[in-house]
Amino acid sequence: MNTRPQTLYEKIWASHVVERRDDGTCLIYIDRHLVHEVTSPQAFEGLRAGGRRVRRPELTLAVPDHNLPTTPRLGPDGRLLPIADPESAQQLDALRRNTAEFGIDYIDATAAEQGIVHVVGPELGFTLPGTTLVCGDSHTSAHGALGALAFGIGTSEVEHVLATQTLLLSPSKTMEIRVDGTLGYGVSAKDVILAIIGKIGAAGGTGYVVEYTGEVIRGLSIEGRLTIANMSIEGGARAGLIAPDDTTFAYLKGRPMAPSGENWDRAVAWWKTLPTDAGAAYDRTVTLHAGDIAPSLTWGTSPEDVVPITGAVPDPESFADPAKRIAAQKSLDYMGLSAGTRMQDVPVQHVFIGSCTNSRIEDLRAAAAVADGRRVADGVRAMVVPGSGLVKRQAEAEGLDRVFVSAGFEWREPGCSMCLAMNPDKVPPGERCASTSNRNFVGRQGPGARTHLVSPAMAAAAAVTGRLADVRDLMGAK
Amino acid sequence: MNPITTVSGTAYPWGAKNIDTDIIIPAHWLKTITRAGLGRGAFETVRAQAGNIFDDPRYAGAPILIAGDNFGCGSSREHAAWALADMGIRAVIAPSFSDIFSSNAFKNGIIPVVLPQAAVDRLLEAAKDAPVTIDLETMTVTTGYQDRFPFTLDPFRRQCLMEGLDEIGLTLAQDTAISKFEGGLREQRPWIEERRGYADVAVEGARRT
Ligand code: SF4
Repeated sequence: MNTRPQTLYEKIWASHVVERRDDGTCLIYIDRHLVHEVTSPQAFEGLRAGGRRVRRPELTLAVPDHNLPTTPRLGPDGRLLPIADPESAQQLDALRRNTAEFGIDYIDATAAEQGIVHVVGPELGFTLPGTTLVCGDSHTSAHGALGALAFGIGTSEVEHVLATQTLLLSPSKTMEIRVDGTLGYGVSAKDVILAIIGKIGAAGGTGYVVEYTGEVIRGLSIEGRLTIANMSIEGGARAGLIAPDDTTFAYLKGRPMAPSGENWDRAVAWWKTLPTDAGAAYDRTVTLHAGDIAPSLTWGTSPEDVVPITGAVPDPESFADPAKRIAAQKSLDYMGLSAGTRMQDVPVQHVFIGSCTNSRIEDLRAAAAVADGRRVADGVRAMVVPGSGLVKRQAEAEGLDRVFVSAGFEWREPGCSMCLAMNPDKVPPGERCASTSNRNFVGRQGPGARTHLVSPAMAAAAAVTGRLADVRDLMGAK
Repeated sequence: MNPITTVSGTAYPWGAKNIDTDIIIPAHWLKTITRAGLGRGAFETVRAQAGNIFDDPRYAGAPILIAGDNFGCGSSREHAAWALADMGIRAVIAPSFSDIFSSNAFKNGIIPVVLPQAAVDRLLEAAKDAPVTIDLETMTVTTGYQDRFPFTLDPFRRQCLMEGLDEIGLTLAQDTAISKFEGGLREQRPWIEERRGYADVAVEGARRT
């Protein structure tokens, strides 16, 4: 009997080892596999070419999200309207055909449950604590919010999981990121994760699985936790975990694909054994104090380029690392910004509220609270893209759609949309967008597009002021 | 996959840090359903700039790329590895790689070689006029000058590269162990397998009209 105190990560790892090799790599069983249209066609093609079958089709769930247009999709007959882009249409078609051929659960683009794969998984209760969960998408880290060891994989690995329900992996180092204290007025989960990435850097978590701990994390809803875990990958960590607790159990109870009856009780009893034991050691610990975190945003083209909204564009010369100095200058050229400009003086032409980071109901509520009774500024195009059909219905039941529409926002159909601009939603070259997504890379929202990552409330504040704005100035008073 | 023991030739002395997968292959190239032909989209935004390293005739067709820290960060798209392979790159040398990219690279016969920054800096100089050789047998990087830098690789991955092994085939040979694990799973965590299917839980009357 092993009595050494263990971390949450070690416990999940240990319970999924099928076989351990002499060099320490392990064949790890995969409990849950999510599939979308972009990274799967070549995997199914590989299966066919090798004459292989899917080992456990019932452990996989597929849903299209990246390519779908977010304009109304259904014709009067309830069927999907033709997709204008032939390549997108071909990928969507391939997903439908492949899942049918291999007997995999598939949520069609016409269904109410369709949405971004990382919104759909938790929402349906497909994502569960203590599971290993993978998807051919780096933001799979999001599911760690429920205490699942969840990470993105490449297409060859998608094929490997389909064929064997396992992956060959080396154990990661562990990093604890503790956020103590109480969040200030107007500070959200998004600001917390931006501050964390600003602190550890875009490569800071490489080789680690992060566990987020501390008062602030414990106090967050599952939706806030999903925002944090989602961006673990932007700090270089392949996975980010949050220990399951009563908040997690309350969130999952009654979800359509979550266990029920006796299985539910057994599951909860097991989940309660998972949190990190007192005295367990992490390879590295990083601590942040909530009181130091302000509403934050990015100024450059790496998610580590973070400043508080009260700050200014940094001077590239201020970085000690020569490579970072060059990168910062390039970022500023791309972003069309100069050192010393106050962030709040930067005008925006686009606002995007959506993506698997911030498109759940609480995100939409936070944005709507700022938008309510205000108008989108002249010259700004603002778009709200709910994360799933169920989020959209909930928001409509609460009247949030009317708040947005009467303020001049567009209210769209669910999908990835302007997060990566694979569908027609793009930011034109040279134009600037306040976005609730997770990546501000060069060209991410369209060729030449300039992205500032912000929270939903900050995005709404940018929409109504026409510039990057401190949401705290708009809260309360109208 | 073909077995690989050495990669030798000119190297792009790039050195750029935090090269993300959106730079390696922009999203609009991901709409393909095959693995082939992505070389045309590789580094599209970089190549749009005059005087870029990839269109410099001195390095045309180089099999090696030398980059900075955190190469391949960002998305899990294996299209990044397919694009590099399609443009003829067989190895990338950098001080660090994103975990997902590194695993995708291996699976496509591209060697991700991790060397300390100082060694990378030296190679960036040397590669301007000398060929670079990566040898999996001796686990060294050498140049036409007298440079010699040792590196390490995960032994299993090294073996897969050198013998051209198919990882799925190898794992399928472990079928007994996997079935045994699944037997235990049914006992200990039955809720994993007893998931309700989508057909049973679909929201009634909730077609999006
Ligand atoms: S919303 Fe963006 S980050 Fe999330 S899965 Fe879609 S494309 Fe990826």
